[in-house]
Amino acid sequence: MARATPKQLVAEVLEGRVQGIARLISKAEAGDEDGQEALAEVFRHTGRAHIVGITGVPGSGKSTLVAALTRELRVSGKTVGIIAVDPTSPFSGGAILGDRIRMAEVAQDSGVFIRSMATHGALGGLARASLDAADVLDAAGFDIVLIETVGVGQDEVDIVRAAQTVVVISAPGLGDDIQAIKAGILEIADIHVVSKCDRSDANDTVRALRGMLKLEVALSDAPQWAPPVIRTSVPEDLGIDKLRLAIAKHRRHLESSGRMDARRRRIMETRILKTAEDMIRNRFENRRDGAVSGLLDRVLAHELNPYGAARELLTALKEEGTHEAA
Amino acid sequence: MEEGAGTIRVLLCKVGLDGHDRGVKVVARVLRDAGMDVIYGGIHRTPEEVVSAAVQEDVDVLGISLLSGAHVPLFSRVSELLEKQDVRDIILVAGGLMPDEDLPKLKALGVAAVLRQDTTPDEIVAIIRRLVADRDERPAPRG
Repeated sequence: MARATPKQLVAEVLEGRVQGIARLISKAEAGDEDGQEALAEVFRHTGRAHIVGITGVPGSGKSTLVAALTRELRVSGKTVGIIAVDPTSPFSGGAILGDRIRMAEVAQDSGVFIRSMATHGALGGLARASLDAADVLDAAGFDIVLIETVGVGQDEVDIVRAAQTVVVISAPGLGDDIQAIKAGILEIADIHVVSKCDRSDANDTVRALRGMLKLEVALSDAPQWAPPVIRTSVPEDLGIDKLRLAIAKHRRHLESSGRMDARRRRIMETRILKTAEDMIRNRFENRRDGAVSGLLDRVLAHELNPYGAARELLTALKEEGTHEAA
Repeated sequence: MEEGAGTIRVLLCKVGLDGHDRGVKVVARVLRDAGMDVIYGGIHRTPEEVVSAAVQEDVDVLGISLLSGAHVPLFSRVSELLEKQDVRDIILVAGGLMPDEDLPKLKALGVAAVLRQDTTPDEIVAIIRRLVADRDERPAPRG
């Protein structure tokens, strides 16, 4: 099969063609050059979709809820792109991406596109290419893009700097309220979900969460958006419609209060900085020519400290950069 | 071929009325440990589901495990659907108990390899890597 040029790829994405979308996401993951060209063009067509992050501890029911929410969104006439991130094994570099199993029911719908992604060493619950993939789905015309993070623990909260609306799922039976106080994850939520509310101990979780949130409201000045706590149970079809409405309401709130611009700004700032960081890291990692190991030897011999070594490395990069530009 | 041009992506599923998933889960684990991204699609999938998942996920390899004995009709449906979608670069691999006399039939349906009960984990990894390398070596029309 003939390989598509970047231009053809962009055209396919803008037409919403599945193969083009899938290919461009692969190119974003691989980080190859004609992919960059196509992504730059695609980026110009973004900004319409509502980017929603779904996060929570492992086993809290993220994939199941994403599937149920997607069904609900489809009934209300919205198209849905899903990016499901699972962890890469730090030992083998491989990954088992299993989120799709829970989404079988909605996967066949032509108004739904699901892509699984491995973190490939990125921390914070997202993959490096997750936001590029969100751009692709946005440009392809999906109304809502749901980004499901890996099961995060306590402070891996990159999603808050990636999504316009953040949904945090808490499940019953996973630790007491002290866990919740510790975790930065509570503070990032625009919407709280307590999943598995068919279980009797779910009430305790709801109570603990509400108690915690009350405290927060009392402490801060004027919270214009009070994060709701929504009880859900997928087998009992409980609360999914409420969640859909809360997500829509949060978007309206962002737009009417002028906070959407601030969020967009914050998201883009993070993306620029992260991308620059990646680029620099890649250049260092590609330098197996001895520059790093020379510095390493000097640091190990205590001639130089790590801070000084880092500065020398950056100076070397800068010089290389001017050579390239010349 | 470029080094590190990307991790091999594999979709593994079971198709039809067959819930015996121990084998396919072992294969998933083996391929992950070999550094591949394995999308596990679960049991009781239809050919339509696996093909649309393979296209959305843009996988290199679609591995279907079957112990029901219905491999010939099910693979013929899968390969028909792949052709209809005009995806010819996804490598189709079968796994399970399949009698010798069916192997030529599966081959004719575009199945690139059949992993059976006596295929060792090392062989599985080697076969998948070789199939992907062979495909990528075919000259792409791009310069």
